Amino acid sequence: MTAIPADDAALADSPHVRGPKGRGTVARTVSAFVESKLAVVGLGIVVAFIVFCYVGPLVYHTDQVHIDLSQATLPPSGAHPLGTNEVGYDQLGRLMVGGQSSLEVGVAAALLATVFGTLWGAIAGYAGGFIDSAMMRIVDALLAVPALFLLLFLASIARPTIGLLILVIAFISWLGPARLVRGQALTLRTRDYVTSVRLMGGGPLRAILRHIAPNTIGTVVVNATFQVADAILIVAALSFLGLGIPPPAANWGDMLSNGINYTYDGYWWLIYPPGLAIVLVVVAFNLIGDALRDSFEVRLQKR
Amino acid sequence: MIGFITRRLLQSIVVVLLVTVIVFILLHLLPGGPARAQLGTRATPAAIANFNHQMGYDRPVPVQYWDWLKHLVTGNLGFSVKFNQSVSSLIGERLPKTLVLTVLSTLFALVVAIPLGMIQAVKRNHAADYTITCWAFIFYATPPFFLGVVLIVVFSVYLPILPAEAPQSSSLGVILSQPAGLILPVLTLALVTIAQFSRYMRSSVIENLAEDYVRTARAKGAGERIVLIRHVLRNSLIPVATLLGLSLPTIFSGALITEAVFNFPGIGQLFWTAAQTQDYPIMLGITVLVGLATVIGSLLADLAYAVLDPRVRYA
Repeated sequence: MTAIPADDAALADSPHVRGPKGRGTVARTVSAFVESKLAVVGLGIVVAFIVFCYVGPLVYHTDQVHIDLSQATLPPSGAHPLGTNEVGYDQLGRLMVGGQSSLEVGVAAALLATVFGTLWGAIAGYAGGFIDSAMMRIVDALLAVPALFLLLFLASIARPTIGLLILVIAFISWLGPARLVRGQALTLRTRDYVTSVRLMGGGPLRAILRHIAPNTIGTVVVNATFQVADAILIVAALSFLGLGIPPPAANWGDMLSNGINYTYDGYWWLIYPPGLAIVLVVVAFNLIGDALRDSFEVRLQKR
Repeated sequence: MIGFITRRLLQSIVVVLLVTVIVFILLHLLPGGPARAQLGTRATPAAIANFNHQMGYDRPVPVQYWDWLKHLVTGNLGFSVKFNQSVSSLIGERLPKTLVLTVLSTLFALVVAIPLGMIQAVKRNHAADYTITCWAFIFYATPPFFLGVVLIVVFSVYLPILPAEAPQSSSLGVILSQPAGLILPVLTLALVTIAQFSRYMRSSVIENLAEDYVRTARAKGAGERIVLIRHVLRNSLIPVATLLGLSLPTIFSGALITEAVFNFPGIGQLFWTAAQTQDYPIMLGITVLVGLATVIGSLLADLAYAVLDPRVRYA
């Protein structure tokens, strides 16, 4: 399946609506994305952080499991470029390891939320009528409760693990994609190619999985990008509220909220590196999402 | 129009009921429960059973729900053992403070974000637009508690001009009499909202600037200032009004974090304390209240949309 937005699926083959150089929709989308300098900056930041977090520990070896109180809260120096934290972990090495779980939780929660939300929205929009109303009222009700309030409920269930954190964040994040996809599904289900599936004897499952869901891919991908950014912020908020993953596991949110306890001691290296890492990665994902939205929105492009 | 309002009202009632059901189910899925939290880890099973019996937690969940709902309608939100106070009086004591915090910060955000968005739209793709967009992205991406701490470091530690903690008192009057203590919490909450609102305002103004009525006004000789303020501003505010109605949950989530950072005695902090001690009645009461406010907010947003924009007509 190619990433062609619904409106253009039919038009893409027609020579009249091609771009000035005769490019197809996919090529146009890709080039619009690359032409946006901000998108390239965002992508660059994300790639840099992925390298930092996953390749970094292979080059820069640190012990992130055993505490060493004789080495606690050392300021940055040759041996520890970013100093050490309150139990003697090297801060730079921790930033790498912590980044792994921040990125993993963010991406996994966004993926889970997007897949579930897309299916929920596609089913509701395709079914219509009472099923649609019932399904969307559930979404409305969950949206009416502030996300953090719901998270506090859920996160107090058990000692947080990475898996639980992903589930909990996905639980409050699927509502956005569900609404977006449902809106699109309402119009898609009247399209000829969807009605003909029904005429040819295809069941609703086939229509939803093969025709409706794939055609919302543009909206969904854009939304998923923003979801990753939001999920990383949610992890940080949960850590601050004391519901992060317990040590020795690390993530940027836990590191930041730990560092904040030492605001008045002047241990700036415990606060600003994880804080800046979060801000940079979230900005980067938002930039990518914005550029993706612009490149999928053919309407806004000069043809 | 009346048909639309009735339909939306009915929908809202269903949504509020669903909120209560969801929250109730979630609470009763939690293992441990309030007895453990209240009586400690060394409580005997008999003591726990006794506590649950007294509080009515040993009855079937649907019965408990029905009972709770009946009380809710009469304004009785239950009793908090932890605080030894009724939930409604606890909320009544703290809600005004959270309202002060959220209303002040939202007003401040609007006052800043509306002109910012207009400047961005008028100077589209110029240095001013890029600068503001850049800051909007940064503030949007900053965890609110980190922002709060940075503000504390700058304004309370390096330049000791503002207190790092909100005024502590159970009375609203005392809190209002120390406005300096409110500046940092309000700012923390407002900065994220400004980032969001100014983005909306920007695109709304850009859209309106391309409308025919703008060309007409200019052709009739109206000055650019008149065009912007009399025509474009008023029409551009419509989506912002809608956004305001819909962003209540986000604002409350932000308030929870801000209250925790500045030790501000509002309902966010109350909820957080209650979550740590699994104080069911408080958590239920606050969630339902906020859910109700949100549903009313989005209802008002829909109605405002119809009233403000004469092109919108609901059948």
